[in-house]
Order: sequence, then C-alpha cells, then structure tokens
Amino acid sequence: MAQIKIRLIEIAHARSGDKGDAANVGVIARRPEYYPILMKELTTDRVKRHFEGICLGEVDRYELPNLLALNFILHNTLGGGGTVSLKNDAQGKTLSSAMLRMELVIEEEALSPKP
Amino acid sequence: MKQFIRIASGQGFWGDLVDAPYQQVTGGPVDYLVMDYLAEVTMSILQKQKRKNPSLGYARDLVTQLERILPILAEKGIKVITNGGGVNPIACRDAILAVAAAHGIRNLKVGVVMGDDILDRIDQLRERGAELRNMESGDTLATVRDRLLSANVYFGAAPIVEALRQGADIVITGRTTDTGLTLAPMIHEFGWSLSDWNKMAAGTVAGHILECGAQSTGGNFLGDWKSVPDMARIGFPIAEAHPDGTVYITKHESYGGLVSVATVSEQLLYEIGDPAMYITPDCIADFTSIHLAQEGENRVRVSGITGKPATDSYKVSMSYLDGFSAFGTLTYAWPEALEKARAADAILRARLDALGLEFQEIRTEFVGLNSCHGPLAPIPDEINELVLRIGVRSASYEAVERFGREIAPLILTGPPSVTGFAGGRPKPSEVVAYWPALLTKSLVEAEVIVEGIG
Repeated sequence: MAQIKIRLIEIAHARSGDKGDAANVGVIARRPEYYPILMKELTTDRVKRHFEGICLGEVDRYELPNLLALNFILHNTLGGGGTVSLKNDAQGKTLSSAMLRMELVIEEEALSPKP
Repeated sequence: MKQFIRIASGQGFWGDLVDAPYQQVTGGPVDYLVMDYLAEVTMSILQKQKRKNPSLGYARDLVTQLERILPILAEKGIKVITNGGGVNPIACRDAILAVAAAHGIRNLKVGVVMGDDILDRIDQLRERGAELRNMESGDTLATVRDRLLSANVYFGAAPIVEALRQGADIVITGRTTDTGLTLAPMIHEFGWSLSDWNKMAAGTVAGHILECGAQSTGGNFLGDWKSVPDMARIGFPIAEAHPDGTVYITKHESYGGLVSVATVSEQLLYEIGDPAMYITPDCIADFTSIHLAQEGENRVRVSGITGKPATDSYKVSMSYLDGFSAFGTLTYAWPEALEKARAADAILRARLDALGLEFQEIRTEFVGLNSCHGPLAPIPDEINELVLRIGVRSASYEAVERFGREIAPLILTGPPSVTGFAGGRPKPSEVVAYWPALLTKSLVEAEVIVEGIG
C-alpha cells in the first residue's frame, strides 16, 4: 500500500485558547473518514513531541466522536498564564495553527472515502 | 408558552464590535439580547477604575450601546441580559436609568444581580471555613492575601431568572458565567426546572456557542476562513431555543458571516477542558453528547445534550498584584536581520546583568520569525526585516523601569539598520495574576434588586 506524507492542516481544522497556564487545542476532522486518522496519529506522545520547547508539561487528550474532534490540554505552556505571560501569544491563540503544521505519514487510501 | 425564543449575542468581550448590539436588535426578530463583557483580567481592570472613582467599575460601552438601542428595545419588547455591571453593577444601573430618563423612556425595569463581589468578605469567609486554595497550584490564599485586587464568585443562571420573574427588562450582573446569560431566558420562558440537568446542559451549550460573539459565525475561523462571506459586516450569532432543549444557531440574513457545523464545532472546542465535564454553577454539561446538523443555510441544529447535577461549589475568580512588567521592541532590516537582532538582545542582557538588576523572567521573541510558533517555525534563508521583542518581569519597579531606559540606547550603541522605536520608553505596568478557587455554595447568596422608572 502506498504511503504519503501530508500536513495535518489538509485533513483537520482547529481552535485554541487558554486555561490558566495551560492551553487547549481542539482539532476537528474536515471529513468523517479522516477522524480515524486523527484518533490513530494524534497520540499524547506525538503531540507532546510536536510542541517540544513550547509545551513544558503533560498533554491530556479527550475524544469527542460526535464532533469528529479531539481536545488536547497542553499543560505549562503559556509562560504563567494570560495576564502574567511575556509571550506575544500569551493566550495560545495561534497554537491551533501550530498544531496543524504536524506532518503525518499515512496510507494513501485512508484519504479517499470507502465505496 | 412561546413556541421558541430567539436569543441574540451582542458582544463577546469588552472591546468587541461597537455596532453589534444595534445590528442584532434591528436586523430581524429577536426576544433577548445577551452581552458578555467580562474576561478574567477585566475584573481587575474594573476594580482599579473603581478604586480611583467609586462611580466607575463597569463596562461603560454598555451604557452608550444601550442608549442607542433603548427605544428599539421598548418598541419591540426585547430584553437585555449582560454581565457588563462588572464590579459596580448598581452604578451601571443608575447610569442606564439616567440615560433612559433623558430619552423619555417609560416603564423600564432594571434588575441587578449582586453578591458576587466577595473582596471585602474574604477574611470572614475564611473564618467560616472557606480555604480558597488556588485550584491549579494548590497554594493557600495566605501567600497572596495582602495583594488581592479582586475576588468574584461566578454565579449561574438562577439569579438572572429571578430578576426576569420580577419583570426586569434589563438584567445587569457582575461576575456571572457567560453561559448563564443565555441559559436564564430559556429557564424563564419555558419554565424549566433548575434540576432538569439535560435542559440545563442544553442551555449551557447554547451559551457557550454564543458567549464569544462572532467566533461562532465565522470570526477567527480556521476551517476555511476565506470562504466566510462579507466578514466586514459579520453577523453575530442567534440561538433559536425550543422548550425541549433543541437549539438552532443562526444569524440575521442581512449580515455577513457563516453558520456551519464547522464554525459551530470550532467554538464548542474553545477554551474547554474535559469535554464530558464542562462544569458550571448550573450543571455539568457533557459536550460529547452534542449532535450538530446543518439544517439549512446558516442554520445549525444543536441537540441531544445530556447533563449531570451541578456541584456544591462556585468557582471564584480572584486577581492579585504580582510585580511589574514592560515590553520593548526594535526593528532590524536586511541584511543579517536575525543576527543583528540576536546581537542586540545579547548586548541588552549583558548591560542589564552588569547593572545587577533582578528579573523573574526576560523573554526574547523575534516577531516575524517565531513569536507565535516558537521552535516549530523554520527559519527562512533571507529575512527582510524582523522585530526584536523583549519582555521583562520583576518584583522590583525600579528594575523594570531601568530596563525601559536601556532599550533606546541600542539604536546608537548596537547593531546597524535599526528602526521602529516610536512609542517612547517602555513603562512598567502592574502584573495582575489570576487565582482561581472553589467556594461552597452555601457560604454566599446572590441578591436580586429590580427597580425602574414609570
């Protein structure tokens, strides 16, 4: 089976915000058939590695199959939280698009709808 | 009982689009206008304003926005619910009544929800057993007690429902949950029991979709942002709520924006933790139970929501003074813009070090390169220009002030092709830190006052 490399942004969209010093990143599959790819690829380990140097704490993952979505909590990420942080993006508003930079290697047929 | 009610969102935060409330009440039929003005940091800003002037401490925009729409509200029978009362809801009400009187408005009743501000009662509450530990760090309140700037309980929908029951046309609250503003009219109109957890959760989810204004109608939408029509005239969301808890999210046809499963989904995921445990004073809503369906153009059905009993505590939002900070920026141009900016950063740090100043943190970011995505952002081969942005934080005002005086000299005593120092010396500003805590519900009570002009 042919494998291809894609960026997460091709199969998902996202929104992020702050929860104290933690950031949340919600990731939504653009089509129902992409949701299993998110479920398989976006492990907490993978997301933690992706945000190396940004997320200094643990990563929690929650599943929302009805919304074709996963929600991640990135602990210790915002430099002390919205009002204290010296970061330009003190509330983690752009971490949604940072998540979508992730590169995935997947089976080509996973992208096409099943007959 | 009405077949359904239409609840329109008019503001998503203090500073949101000025004309949105007017557009919501004139663009088509609505029954309620809800306006959210309060973010966590807003409370401490309002508290500071009130300390300087006891007649302030509320969202002044609210008064000017209401002034414009009061005649329309009266004519159409639209009620307003807002947390714009901030830390001084009585002063806010008086300002609104004064404006109404000046415009010859009659038969206006304004309800005020009080009791959320516990700053003056902190020690009394601690004596009665309230620990008010930091929910995140577990630290005891004693560590910041003498630096507290504000302390407010998040009330839910119940006090607003009481104000509506007493005939209020406008309900002003202090720190109420954003979701409670939208849930309250549903409880009031449909006679929902406060312990019908699925209904409480349904109204709470609708409130979460409305609370950030146009963020659910195509604003800040990452899905396919270029497909959002006429963003310059973006319409704010409207929740068409039905007695069984089903809600349709829509907007006025005459305005721009987009209501789709994708835009609503993004808003549902905004600032949430465990989606099965979305905790409010009214209930615990289970976001994993939500069903979304595109019912038509700019019309999304939200249904199937389940809830669980509310907890026995309120969340308390406190803020305290935590030193000072300042930011300075300089722009470096090609060639070697990044190398120059890095050199300038090193020179500045060496000078601060030589002065023996103590900082809790010095943070350097290169705007245009990596200030948003940090180490995830690849460095391009050639950079046309770059903004060096340095922030410092310290318990010492003097250290932060001196940092501000060390920035400008870099222009003549550092690397070349530098500009962008127009704003003057960076001045220290107070750092307000956030202290979330829990408080047993039985220790506080909301007070509802409804008064008006005849």
